[in-house]
Amino acid sequence: MQIHKYDTVIVGAGGAGMRAALEASKNSRTAVLTKLYPTRSHTGAAQGGMCAALANVEEDNWEWHTFDTVKGGDYLTDQDAAEIMCKEAIDAVLDLEKMGLPFSRTPEGRIDQRRFGGHTRDHGKAAVRRSCYAADRTGHMILQTLFQNCVKQNVEFYNEFYVLDLLLVEDAFGNKTTSGVVAYELASGEIHVFQAKAVIFATGGFGKVFKTTSNAHTLTGDGMGIAWRRGLPLEDMEFYQFHPTGLAGLGILLTEGARGEGGILRNADGERFMERYAPTIKDLAPRDIVARSMVLEVLEGRGAGPNKDYVYLDLTHLPAEQIEEKLPDITEFARTYLGVEPTTELVPVYPTAHYAMGGVPTNVEAEVLSDNTTVVPGLYAAGEVACVSVHGSNRLGTNSLLDINVFGRRAGIAAAKYAATADFVELPENPAATVVEMIERLRDSEGTERVAAIRAEMQETMDANAGVYRTEETLKQALSDIKNLQKRYKNVSIQDKGKRYNTDLLEAVELGFLLDLAEVLVVGAANRKESRGGHAREDFQARDDVNFMKHTMAYREVDADGDYSIRLDWKPVVVTRYQPMERKY
Amino acid sequence: MTAVIEETSSGPAPADKPARDHTPITITLRVRRFLPDLVGPNGEPPVPFWQDFQVEADPTERILTAMLKVKGEQDGSLTFRRSCAHGICGSDAMRINGRNRLACKTLVKDLDVTKPITIEPIKGLEVEKDLVVDMDPFFQSFKDVMPFLITSGNEPTRERLQSPEDRERFDDTTKCILCACCTTSCPVFWTDGQYFGPAAIVNAHRFIFDSRDEGAEQRLEILNEKEGVWRCRTTFNCTDACPRGIEVTKAIQEVKRALIFRRV
Repeated sequence: MQIHKYDTVIVGAGGAGMRAALEASKNSRTAVLTKLYPTRSHTGAAQGGMCAALANVEEDNWEWHTFDTVKGGDYLTDQDAAEIMCKEAIDAVLDLEKMGLPFSRTPEGRIDQRRFGGHTRDHGKAAVRRSCYAADRTGHMILQTLFQNCVKQNVEFYNEFYVLDLLLVEDAFGNKTTSGVVAYELASGEIHVFQAKAVIFATGGFGKVFKTTSNAHTLTGDGMGIAWRRGLPLEDMEFYQFHPTGLAGLGILLTEGARGEGGILRNADGERFMERYAPTIKDLAPRDIVARSMVLEVLEGRGAGPNKDYVYLDLTHLPAEQIEEKLPDITEFARTYLGVEPTTELVPVYPTAHYAMGGVPTNVEAEVLSDNTTVVPGLYAAGEVACVSVHGSNRLGTNSLLDINVFGRRAGIAAAKYAATADFVELPENPAATVVEMIERLRDSEGTERVAAIRAEMQETMDANAGVYRTEETLKQALSDIKNLQKRYKNVSIQDKGKRYNTDLLEAVELGFLLDLAEVLVVGAANRKESRGGHAREDFQARDDVNFMKHTMAYREVDADGDYSIRLDWKPVVVTRYQPMERKY
Repeated sequence: MTAVIEETSSGPAPADKPARDHTPITITLRVRRFLPDLVGPNGEPPVPFWQDFQVEADPTERILTAMLKVKGEQDGSLTFRRSCAHGICGSDAMRINGRNRLACKTLVKDLDVTKPITIEPIKGLEVEKDLVVDMDPFFQSFKDVMPFLITSGNEPTRERLQSPEDRERFDDTTKCILCACCTTSCPVFWTDGQYFGPAAIVNAHRFIFDSRDEGAEQRLEILNEKEGVWRCRTTFNCTDACPRGIEVTKAIQEVKRALIFRRV
């Protein structure tokens, strides 16, 4: 076991982690631990853009952006956080441009902007051109630009280091303080303890609980799972976003920017069905509304294809040059993976599990909370792993790239500032014990269960029972399936017993996190007897502001036998200037 | 649910081609394996070997999917990197039937399945385990060309202006995902690991031809060195290998020309 000492340790090297690193490494000795080489992170798969009210192409302002974000989140958005994000969005975009990001340009040479779902002018009057983009490769450009600047700034990376535990030290009153993290080095199988004054989690989401997802294989919720097992709460986990336009059957993302450029959704009859569901902004309604509309079309028999189980994205009326110039990558995805030519043919699409609105609760300084208000000194989170909550119950398109830049930056600044005055907290005795025990148990297990089989069954039940629409019954089924899979997981074994590059072992570890998070998601969903944003209950179809306009806080409570149960509590929504209204588009 | 292209010609854009064939077939993956922990009974060092895996696959499936099935159902020790699974992250570059490709962008139907499909690690970088190679030298070359925007003077308050034409000038090389398909297909790189390789030059090009950048001279000097662009023998392997369709050889030629005329 090796022990390292840094002022600030950042876990994850996607957009949030690297944006944090650029700030933290200026003022504190910083290490970035990442289970992937930084440029492999899933920020790179984001396509359509990053919204900011630059007003480069039409009138716009950050207050309109804030309103859209709050309304888009179905009034579960914390309005103080949304206001900060939308205000700082403008500098966040300009900062990236100054770092070298090659945005698409207007004829005058300014950053070009395009329409995106739920982003409107003057509080919903019409769609507005707010998304700053680089063709349909905005996430790729952000990831590359941030990595390039990390190279320029000599940021220290530990590549293919899997952080598997968070070290928190408790005082006599049960108050937790951060003392570091424990990591597993893929190349050698060695355990490394990183003592740190400040730790920033930027580990991304957990889309792999679902089968049909736009998420990478590596998005297994490690950061959320680690925090959860260390007794920290998770907020709003039942709110999971399904992106409307995944390639049917595959889940590969086709950007909402396709509709921003004028693309239209059609059912089997060729009808532009979004006109019925969102008469004003139609295909550019927020994702939760579009995804539900698509599922309803299919359920009511208007789905396309031999099994009537998808709808179409129609780009055929757009000039081929516009498609090639503005949407080159998604055009290629349709060609490669479905054999469809988007300039002349309709593209089969269906909702795909995409983004966790919930996560580790933080305040607007990215400080992690251990209850509704108590800060865990030295612990920060930013990006999809965190719940600030700027996205409420449904994130607007482009606001995730914005979130990682605004709150990644804030986390980096706050962590370095904290590290400048704080002392190192002594490591707990035998700091790596939990990780060593977990690794050895998995490696030595002679159980009969296989990781891939349990994972596939978890994904099947989550797709079937905790997807776009949920009921009491389906959620009960999902919970019983997950409980059963958790039992079977105890009997899981791996085949690769080696030390070096043991991805078999790490897939087993990751599955453990996924099963934990699937359970929290389903328990939260069963408890929320209303429909709001990304959480749609067939048995409780209305939004219920009287009983449920509040965040879910899930706590893992361990009893004397070491068994745990999930306790649900609530956290009030921060309302500043917008009172909840009916959500119509 | 399986995606199928509609056979009938209903809807605004008639799809008149036949549905894709989804009948599962059995394919053989012939994988070049190296297990570093596999020391012989008398302490002999591990040696690479070939191993065949038979797996059921839908013809429209990705090779990566077939490999994941092998790992999940047959042999958990089969080791390779993967993440996004749709050609964006650059993790799963490997040599499939003798050509560098991303396993997630190579479909079963595009290969000759009557014979075993050979899968080997990319060449020129040290093999760590099975298809996993040491990427550090590759990333070091990338870092050596100063792959970041270099400017002088005060920063503007708003964005720097750049015309759509100037932006277009380097668009092709912004697409690079650093998968190493190009560099590890280059015969010069195979014989001389010191050569910067195509990917590093592509990333230098991305900045040399960016109208906002002022570091072209410094980068050109680096690429003018012994292990720089002049080692390129214009075999076009890199262009053929690029999963992003970047005209890699052309970019290298443009850097050479810029060096000769000292003008970008």
